[in-house]
Amino acid sequence: MNDFDWSSIPGALPFLWDGMKTTLEITVIAVVVGIVWGTLLAIMRMSSFKPLSWFAAGYVNLFRSIPLVMVLLWFFLIVPALLESLFNTPRSSDTRLSSAMVAFALFEAAYYSEIIRAGIQSVSKGQISAALALGMSYAQAMRLVVLPQAFRNMVPLLLTQGIILFQDTSLVYVSSLADFFGAAYKVGDRDGRLVELLLFAGAVYFAICFSASLLVKRFQKRVVT
Amino acid sequence: MGYHWNWGVFLARVPSGETSYLGWMLSGLETTLALSLSASIIALVMGSVMGVLRTVPNRWLSGIAALYVEVFRNIPLLVQLFIWYFVLPELLPSGIGNAYKQMHPLLQQFAAAMVCLGLFTGARVCEQVRSGINSLPRGQKYAGLALGFTLPQTYRYVLLPMAFRIIVPPLTSEFLNIFKNSAVASTIGLLELAAQGRQLVDYTAQPYESFIAVTLTFMLLNAVIMGLMHRLEAKTRVPGYIGGGT
Repeated sequence: MNDFDWSSIPGALPFLWDGMKTTLEITVIAVVVGIVWGTLLAIMRMSSFKPLSWFAAGYVNLFRSIPLVMVLLWFFLIVPALLESLFNTPRSSDTRLSSAMVAFALFEAAYYSEIIRAGIQSVSKGQISAALALGMSYAQAMRLVVLPQAFRNMVPLLLTQGIILFQDTSLVYVSSLADFFGAAYKVGDRDGRLVELLLFAGAVYFAICFSASLLVKRFQKRVVT
Repeated sequence: MGYHWNWGVFLARVPSGETSYLGWMLSGLETTLALSLSASIIALVMGSVMGVLRTVPNRWLSGIAALYVEVFRNIPLLVQLFIWYFVLPELLPSGIGNAYKQMHPLLQQFAAAMVCLGLFTGARVCEQVRSGINSLPRGQKYAGLALGFTLPQTYRYVLLPMAFRIIVPPLTSEFLNIFKNSAVASTIGLLELAAQGRQLVDYTAQPYESFIAVTLTFMLLNAVIMGLMHRLEAKTRVPGYIGGGT
C-alpha cells in the first residue's frame, strides 16, 4: 500500500468549492420546487375529482418505481431535445445543469408529496369541518387552517428528505457534471490520487450530513411535541 | 423531431454476433437480480445484528452499532461505492489487495457493489430492527428475564420473533430500494440492467427504445416484488396490531 499524499487537495480547493456550489444549487432548487409541486400533488391526490387524483397517484408511483439513475439519464436525453424544439437553443449548449435541476425537482416532488400527504392526513378532520362551518371555501380552509399545522409537523421529515437529496445529487456523476463529487473525482483522476480524493469527499459529505441531521434532531425536539 | 423508431433493434445481433441486444438486456436483468438478492441477504444479516446491538444495555456494543448507522447513512451511496471499489483494495494488506485486483474485473465490480449495497441498506434495516424492538412493551423483556432466560435467550425467544413480524412492512420498502439502488452499480461499469441500456444506446443509437425497455423492466420488477411483499405482509401480520410497524 502506498503512503497517502494529500498534497493535491489544497490547490484544488477552489475547484472543489465550485463543485460544492453546483451541488448546493441543485439541492436548493430541487427542495424548493419539489416541496411546492409536491404539495400540489398531495392536494390533487386527495381531491374528490377522480382524474386529478389518478394523475397524482400515477405520477408519484411512476417516479417511485424507477431508479434515480434512470430518471437522470432520461432527463439528460430528453431535456436538451425539448429545449431545442421549444426555444431553439443550439444542441451544443450545455444543458446538463438545468437538466439535473429539472430531474431532481420532479423526482423529489414524488417523495415530498407522500410526506406532505401523510402530514395533511394527520391533521384532525374536525379542523377542516370547523373551517368549512365558519364559511371558508375548501381552498381557504386548506391554506389557512390545515397546511400551516401540517407543515409544522412535517418540517423534520422534509429536512431529512433534503439531506437525502443532498447526498443523491452526487449521482449527476452519470452526466460527468462537476458537482462536488464530480470535481473530487476529476482532481483525483488527474493527479493519480483517487484514493485520497474519494476519502476526502466521503469525509466532507459525512461532516455536512451528520451535523445537519443533528440540527434536525434538535429542532425536532424543540418545535414538535 | 424526426426520431426514427425501430423496436426491431432488440432482435438484431450484437457486433460480436453471439447474442441479440435482447440477450444483453436479459443478462443485465440477471445481474440486477443477483446483485439485489445477495445484497439483501447481507443487509438483513448485518441490519439484524447491529439492530440488536443498538438495544443492548452495553455502551460499547450499542456505540459500535450507532457508529455504523451514522457512517453508512451520512455518506452518499455513490461515494461509498467508489470507496469500496477504488479505495479499499489500496488500504487492505497488499496480499489481500493484490488477490482482489487479480480477480476477474466483473467479479471485482460485483463484489464491491454487493458489499456496498448490503452495508448501505443494512444501516437502514438496523434502524428498523431497533425501532421494532423498542416498540415492544418493556414488560416483555422483563418477563423473559424474570422467567430465568438469559439476555440472549430473551432476544431469541421473546423479543425478536415479535419485532421481526412488526417490521415486515418497512423492511419490504427497503427491499424495493435495494433493487432501485442497484442501478448505481452501473457507474463502476457493472453491466446490470441500466448499464446494458446505456450500452445499447452507444451501439444502436436508439436511445428511446432502450431507455423505455429498461424503465418498463424496473417498473415490472417493482410491481412483482410489491405483490410478493403484500402476501408476506398478510402472512406475518400480528393479530391485534394495526398493519404498520415503527
